[in-house]
Amino acid sequence: MSKSNWGGQRAGAGRKRAAEPTVTVRIPVSSKETIMKLVRHIKTAPAVRFPLSLEPLLLTQQPALQFIPRMSYSVRAGFPSPADDYVEKQIDLNEELIQHREATFFLRVRGHSMIGAGIDDGDELIVDRAIMPEHNRIVVAAVDNELTVKRFYQRNGVVKLLAENPQYPDIEFKNEQEMVIWGVVTKVIKSV
Amino acid sequence: MLSNNDGCAVARSQEAKVLGVKMGEPWFQMQALAKKHSIIALSSNYTLYADMSNRMMTILGKHSPSQEVYSIDECFLSLNGFNTDLTAYGQAIRRQVKCWTGLPVCIGIGPTKTLAKLANHLAKKQPEWAGVCDLGKLPEYTLNDLLERIEVGEVWGVGRRIREKLARLGINTALDLKQADVAFIGGYFSIVTQRTVMELQGVSLLQLEEITPARQQIMCSRSFGLPVTQLADLQQAIISYMTRAAEKLRRQSSLCRAVHVFIRTSPFRQKDAQYSQGLTVTLPKATCDTLKLSQTGLWGLKRIYRSGYRYAKAGVILMDLAPTEMRQASLFMDHVADKSTRQLMQTIDSINQRMGKDAVFLAGAGMEKRWQMKQGNKTPCYTTEWNELAVVRC
Repeated sequence: MSKSNWGGQRAGAGRKRAAEPTVTVRIPVSSKETIMKLVRHIKTAPAVRFPLSLEPLLLTQQPALQFIPRMSYSVRAGFPSPADDYVEKQIDLNEELIQHREATFFLRVRGHSMIGAGIDDGDELIVDRAIMPEHNRIVVAAVDNELTVKRFYQRNGVVKLLAENPQYPDIEFKNEQEMVIWGVVTKVIKSV
Repeated sequence: MLSNNDGCAVARSQEAKVLGVKMGEPWFQMQALAKKHSIIALSSNYTLYADMSNRMMTILGKHSPSQEVYSIDECFLSLNGFNTDLTAYGQAIRRQVKCWTGLPVCIGIGPTKTLAKLANHLAKKQPEWAGVCDLGKLPEYTLNDLLERIEVGEVWGVGRRIREKLARLGINTALDLKQADVAFIGGYFSIVTQRTVMELQGVSLLQLEEITPARQQIMCSRSFGLPVTQLADLQQAIISYMTRAAEKLRRQSSLCRAVHVFIRTSPFRQKDAQYSQGLTVTLPKATCDTLKLSQTGLWGLKRIYRSGYRYAKAGVILMDLAPTEMRQASLFMDHVADKSTRQLMQTIDSINQRMGKDAVFLAGAGMEKRWQMKQGNKTPCYTTEWNELAVVRC
């Protein structure tokens, strides 16, 4: 019969061992509260020791005590983190990915006409309306009351919206047709 | 666009106006008309409006050293000392707001706030201005000509009551009011209306208020989605509203010393027995603690609640506000407890700010909230909720 993985002893289980041997002390029940109070006081007493010469002054001046919490056990008397000096701010994606905050919108993609440009169904787009749409940029355009994402073509008076998937047709515009460029796509967010 | 709780029309498109949809008209009375002309009614989505408003205000604020945000969709910019063609400047601002946010805005320019407001009215109503109207550069007779064609009720600060009173004095147009004698006006109206007259004459008396003065009282009240009869539901509502109100209180760093709670049945449901009651409770000491305020609110609610009525609305008002730093010391002040509540409130506020509204809330506010108002046809929060982003076809 193969050995089961169930039950038995786990490493590190059970009561924590003290760092050194411990001893039990008996105290009268009536004094317990007083003694515990004293212990608690010592635990939270100022960790900073003043030079002896200053101590008489302290008694008369009564400065506001600065209690520095001291853990009674599990003090890590280790090496301070060498990285402490290098702690700076964290990366802020808003700052990195957004150029014009007030003009930036997020849109969710439905469809497959732009897979050649790396834009897939379900991706999120960062769209900046403050950027001028130029030839060859990927744009969001309003066509027939619907937003669509395509590559913007504008050469020699010809305006087209190009799909990046051979199975989808390009959208060409005649003079009388109106096309509104809604914004310029600057980034694609995708889950992988 | 319908009011909170899908009650009545609060904003209408040009087409809806033409079809006869009136401002403030209850939606249920318009069902037939709506069906006939396929009118679309949307619930208000203040989250979306607030986000778009913030975007617009930030862009506008970049065009002037001083800005007064007057309401969700209006602000004043100071153009003092601008040595440019102000109309062209206005057009540039307008273009940028339209391009960046898609919002169409109109700009009114004038030597006083009252005239700027009036200019804005013209820019909005008369297409020939192309959205920007500068009254400051017009010669006197042209300006008067324009003012003569504006009804006096359109002047900023002239409400219905003042308008009716002015009409009795023979003042019917903006020009009439401008040419009225200030002392004469003072005989019938308050100094506020006198100021309006002088502002129409081009004397700037109203300053730009860049810092919104702290509110003197904070109210939070909503109509219920369905009639409420149980005390337990009212208690949930009061705690929810108190939570909102206390958040606002802390945001403006104030404390409050009195709390008003009210409940009422619906005057529109005439067959129902009617009851409406409110109670103001004074607090032993000023506070901004949601827990204490909620307790006080519930105490008040218990005293005004009568069973057997179908309640339609409840609300709370925080009153007697004072800035946190001016708090009066009290004989029974407990500094340690005060500090820990302050920390607790700060913690809750910052969690809710980071993780979303009501990430942490009082259990008493309820999980289900059967009483919560209807927002049957709300547009998605396109710009503030990741799960509600607008879809782009591809």
